[in-house]
Amino acid sequence: MPATFIQPEFRVKIDYDRCHKCGRCVQQCGWGVYDFNERPIPHDEKCRACHRCVTFCPARCITIERNPLAYRDNDNWTAGLRKAVWKQAETGGVLLTSMGNPQPYPRIFDHLLLDACQVTNPSIDPLREPMELRTYLGRKPDAVKVEPDGAGGFKLAEDGGMSRNIELATPIIFSPMSYGSVSLNVHKSLAMAAERCGILMNTGEGGLHEDLYPYQDHVIVQVASGRFGVGPEYLQRGAAIEIKIGQGAKPGIGGHLPGEKINKEVSSTRMIPQGTDAISPAPHHDIYSIEDLRQLIYALKEASGYKPVGVKIAAVHNVGAIASGIVRAGADYVYLDGFRGGTGAAPAVIRDHVGIPVEIAIAVVDQRLRDEGIRNQASIVAAGSIRSSADVAKAIALGADVVAIGTAALVALGCHVCQSCHTGSCSWGITTQKPELTRRIDPEWGAERVTNLIHAWSHELQEILGALGVNAIESLRGSRERLRSIGLDEQTCRILGVKPAGM
Amino acid sequence: MAIQVIEGYREVAPAKRAEGEAVVFDANGVYYRQLNDAIRDAVASGVRHVIVENANGQRYIGAGLRVPDLRIEVRGTAGNDLAAFMDGPAVEVFGNAQDGVGNTMASGKVVVHGDAGDVLGYGMRGGRVFVRGDVGYRVGIHMKAYENLVPIVVCGGKARDFFGEYMAGGMLVLLGMNTQFPNDPVAGSFLGTGMHGGVIYVRGEVEPWQCGKEVGIAPADDEDYKALRPVLEDYCGSLGVDLDEVLAVPFTRIAPMSHRPYGKMYAYL
Repeated sequence: MPATFIQPEFRVKIDYDRCHKCGRCVQQCGWGVYDFNERPIPHDEKCRACHRCVTFCPARCITIERNPLAYRDNDNWTAGLRKAVWKQAETGGVLLTSMGNPQPYPRIFDHLLLDACQVTNPSIDPLREPMELRTYLGRKPDAVKVEPDGAGGFKLAEDGGMSRNIELATPIIFSPMSYGSVSLNVHKSLAMAAERCGILMNTGEGGLHEDLYPYQDHVIVQVASGRFGVGPEYLQRGAAIEIKIGQGAKPGIGGHLPGEKINKEVSSTRMIPQGTDAISPAPHHDIYSIEDLRQLIYALKEASGYKPVGVKIAAVHNVGAIASGIVRAGADYVYLDGFRGGTGAAPAVIRDHVGIPVEIAIAVVDQRLRDEGIRNQASIVAAGSIRSSADVAKAIALGADVVAIGTAALVALGCHVCQSCHTGSCSWGITTQKPELTRRIDPEWGAERVTNLIHAWSHELQEILGALGVNAIESLRGSRERLRSIGLDEQTCRILGVKPAGM
Repeated sequence: MAIQVIEGYREVAPAKRAEGEAVVFDANGVYYRQLNDAIRDAVASGVRHVIVENANGQRYIGAGLRVPDLRIEVRGTAGNDLAAFMDGPAVEVFGNAQDGVGNTMASGKVVVHGDAGDVLGYGMRGGRVFVRGDVGYRVGIHMKAYENLVPIVVCGGKARDFFGEYMAGGMLVLLGMNTQFPNDPVAGSFLGTGMHGGVIYVRGEVEPWQCGKEVGIAPADDEDYKALRPVLEDYCGSLGVDLDEVLAVPFTRIAPMSHRPYGKMYAYL
């Protein structure tokens, strides 16, 4: 019998007339697609269409094509499902994959449109007028008292906890991606970019490498069920602390960083021996209730000198009630990760079938917290496939304070969304610990690219605000009146609090 | 301004007095936050011996403190998350401790002269926790060792379910001696479930049905006693327990059969 029934997904085509026979493709490919015998010889079955070889081929003689091999049409038994069964029949394993849910579920962001001013309520030109994107992450007081500042203006008469808020220059932060799942150079790129942009990066559950200490005022340190890299010094270094309960790509599932990714540096940052699996259990074993969560929130506050503590959850069916409990437990922000959120590794069955869209979660949580009169007690951070500044604006109009981006930042660093992070062989040097691959990202270069992305999106947000005729992102927050839906059913519109276009 | 009362505790600074070199705080009816603020202020001003008397469930005593020569004595009942995230100090409780003792503790020593509650030593990565009596559920979950950081927990009584679950490193010892539950088995079910590092020693025997499928059960051998003896000497010295009596019953070693229990679970797409 053949070793496998699964035929290659792609065909690697080399135009040998133009090929320099330089071997660059052999050297660049992290998946080992190429042999070299006088000329490069591709093994199609290993190709993941990441375009590393294509990008670096000096002769531009490589193309990657979809394997045209036809499968007998069946909208029910798709080729993907057939291949999954073959793979499991061969291995008996749980199918492991990575990045965000690629299935063709409806994308609500793409069914929402923003308003703009015409004639009677003039728009604002952000090139000539101030346009405020500054955002404060954290608990706001129930009321503020102001007093004259003596210079003709006003200042807060009492702090009311505002000083514990974290000032962000723009309402975009980086989502948690651990050192281990991504390389140290990626972590450095994000930390440097966070500092330059006046925003935050997030360690994920993998500890804080000492090379990031200079950027610690721009780092959220995460505490998850495995407690990897967590100690009092770690808590005291971070700008804020985040309790990770769940992740949009794998709600209810723990994490297993395979032993082969635990090299010396990762091992020292996580504080576990080299080569052992880093297992994050599915639940925190000390959290079985909102009261238990409150206990951990305040343990972290006590241990860190009362830094802001956020709680990250996957957006699931009952997200409104869960978020309400989290806010009442004392969290300074609630991080909602939608079902399209990315991951370094997750079982495909979970990634593709569990959770709810972040758009719904934002609307439901914002409304619930408003209804209960506690919306000011915590910021809402929204994530789970924020792909553009338009998604940022729509998320904020639905009720988020801040969005977090992971995949978008990695794409800025060269990620081609080939969904192979779990293999540990990323040709772009992003989701790997192999030194010959990780050195492909120079942190200075990476920081510049990610900074450019944040600046570009921020400019676009200013353009959107100008078109809406408002001059601060605060004025867009929760302003669902500035959104209209197209092609969404009535029930979904009601949940989103958004009218259909034309109304 | 009126004094806030939270669940019966008043938001006031604890009464303070000197006792030799030590500073004594009266925790009677004081909310944990004011108590811990007072402890932190005293430590910041150079005090290295703190006594908390009339403790009655105040949480987070010693949490996050990173002063190695600090000694905290708690008289009464220490509340949840005693010594959580602690790095260095020595804490001694003359009474019982509640849940979460030594949560993610980095180093230092906690001695409890009574019983302790659930999730003791969760994610603990260094230091020692010694309990004279019984402990609750989920004790020693996901303890982990790294280089010279090796967490050690010794429980003198009996433990409930999930003892040493997900354990990744360090040493857990269960003696089954000073117990309120003479008729119960020494440990509950799911002992060492998901264990992939470290070692558990139980004085006496455990049944395979009590243990997770990831572990191997064997009588302790000479190597085991070589590792165990200095720990038990420290334990007995700290709590006034007779070492000969502890060693009079043979120990059982419970250790993982693989450092990668889930290594073959997946097929890569």
